[in-house]
Amino acid sequence: MKIPDLAELALRNLRESLLRNSLTTVGISVGVASLVAMLSLGTGLQQLFSRRLAKSGLFDTVLVSSRRELHGMSREEERNGPSPGASRILDEPARQEIERLPNVAEAYPDIRFITELRYEDKPHMTTIAALPLSAKSNDAFEGMQGSFFSSDTAAEVILQKSFAEELLGKTPPLGAPEPNVGDLAPQLLDKELTMRYAQRVAAPETEPAASHVAADGLAEASYSVVSREQKLKIVGISDLDPESLRGPMRGRVFFPLKLAQSLHVMQPADLREISRAGSDQPVYSSISVRVKNPAQVQGVEDAIKKMSFTTFSILDASHSLQQVFRVLYAFLGIFGSLALTVASIGIVNTLVMAILERRREIGIMKAIGASDADVKKLFFAEAGAMGILGGIVGVVLGWAIGQIINFGTNIYLKRQSLPPEHFWAVPFWLAGFAVVFAFLVSLVSGLYPASRAAKLDPVQALRYE
Amino acid sequence: MVTLPEAIPETGTVAIRSENLCRHYRMGEALIRAVDGISLEVRAGEFVALLGSSGSGKSSALNLIAGLDRPTSGSVVVQNRDLAKLSREELAKYRLHVVGMVFQSFNLIASMTIAENVELPLRFAEIERGRREDLVREALQRVGLGARMNHRPSELSGGEQQRAALARALINRPQLLLADEPTGNLDSHTGSEIMDLVREFNKQLGMTVVMVTHERALAERYAERMIFLADGKLIDDRANVPGTAHSGPQRGRP
Repeated sequence: MKIPDLAELALRNLRESLLRNSLTTVGISVGVASLVAMLSLGTGLQQLFSRRLAKSGLFDTVLVSSRRELHGMSREEERNGPSPGASRILDEPARQEIERLPNVAEAYPDIRFITELRYEDKPHMTTIAALPLSAKSNDAFEGMQGSFFSSDTAAEVILQKSFAEELLGKTPPLGAPEPNVGDLAPQLLDKELTMRYAQRVAAPETEPAASHVAADGLAEASYSVVSREQKLKIVGISDLDPESLRGPMRGRVFFPLKLAQSLHVMQPADLREISRAGSDQPVYSSISVRVKNPAQVQGVEDAIKKMSFTTFSILDASHSLQQVFRVLYAFLGIFGSLALTVASIGIVNTLVMAILERRREIGIMKAIGASDADVKKLFFAEAGAMGILGGIVGVVLGWAIGQIINFGTNIYLKRQSLPPEHFWAVPFWLAGFAVVFAFLVSLVSGLYPASRAAKLDPVQALRYE
Repeated sequence: MVTLPEAIPETGTVAIRSENLCRHYRMGEALIRAVDGISLEVRAGEFVALLGSSGSGKSSALNLIAGLDRPTSGSVVVQNRDLAKLSREELAKYRLHVVGMVFQSFNLIASMTIAENVELPLRFAEIERGRREDLVREALQRVGLGARMNHRPSELSGGEQQRAALARALINRPQLLLADEPTGNLDSHTGSEIMDLVREFNKQLGMTVVMVTHERALAERYAERMIFLADGKLIDDRANVPGTAHSGPQRGRP
């Protein structure tokens, strides 16, 4: 028999015992729904974590420094890295070269320094760090009060909560609950801070320096350090710490990168690169490189190492996280499949019952010329049709269950004043896989009933009333 | 009436030949010899009645000729096919293309309309859909059911159901029509109508007809030859001129 005929006869037969076949199909649907629900929870959680990790900047960032700097080196780097003398100077051409590497989204200088910030005439010492505009998408700014920098050169700052507390003199004693960032914000937003910093100014070229040529061939240069002030407006207060990766050097106040560069603030690195002071090309103590995709971090890191710089990234963590998700996936999949296994027994039961009921019909079909294969295919088609129908209904059902749970969880998150999350995802491949899987399971379930029906003796079957 | 393209085999050639045909089976301790060494020949185009009381083995013999059952020993050769040697698949093909069957209880599938019942063998034969509709309409018109195509069997009288079964038996244009008590569930008037149709197929389409019945009168009215069975054995085989034999109340044994 041809496939359209098989499908037509199978659907007609399914309609004949509508209630029983519907119940069996519902059984498959529930099985598929549980499988879909479980796997989409797994997928959703994985996507949520990946999103979070990508946003956190922990896994797509490579910190680059020159071996001429001393900070941030492990013993291994001491042994394997380039020797300080062979290492290049991390200047603007080097930054541009790094930015041109494949898969690099951006490379920006790491400008941070300790400074004095005056608020209502009281001085506060802290580390201030420059951030590019792209940092706006960083997870740490999600619960932020106020807004991000209006432009890359705006004289604006974002405070980390602990510094905001300090400004207001509200630093809680150890162990006491932290004040809500929403309570701090109204008192500080749009207020002004005055930053005092040391500006590096190239010395005028008038003084004769030609007689003092340094041994390494570099022209002798000098600069003056001038004390300056810069007024900064507080535009945002962030609850979380965007720089948890940096350890003791992490900033508690942030200002726009371009602004920071234009200020020519005297930095620790300048002392060691004194000869460059007069040139237009700035020298950086370190550069942050953002990679387009966490998976490409290793390649970018290797490429930068070849340029004889030292690099640092958190990479292994993301690998082991994927491992964890694989296990979680298998686990959820097994649980989801259990329900489908039960449902497949339902198919076997329904079809065996159908054979008993339709024994005479099978006999008639054989008497008028149906082959064993025709009968077998017909039962297969019925099983398969139940599988596909159950699969489709199950995917919809699983998706709906997911939406409901997601909705409920978001209500809960809202009550806890947390931002809503999307941790449930039914990707197309999962929907397709679920339907195909249900179809295959139902075909396997149909194996025994179909071959039993095919083997019926027509004479016996016709005698059956 | 639309006529089917006719495939009349040469009359006089042998359509069915059985030699020492046996069908034995066990029922508990006892060995039942349902068919016990029947040898006969039926020529193509013949109308044969198999007569006998119940348990005489006439239905078992018909099932062997129909390829629904396999002989325990002996052979049955139909249109040059040795049925005992055919595979299950080949037997199904044989039933589909060579044999048309009608039964006492009509054996229509209750969940299908008349047209769908008649169409079923065409589906097994993988005939293209458009052509199937034409063939079904033609066959149903031939048996006088053109107007009732979309009724279910339960909505039809017994006679109409048997007509539908005849249309189904006819649809693949078989050379052999096997009828197992075709009038057994019908009143005599309706039964005659059905038998007239069977005779029409025999004469017009040249189909070889083997009919099992226990009604001698019916056999005498329609059959050209009467074969009597008892206890699985052939006990008499005689020619008959249809409709001329003295009609009497005798039944079964001669």
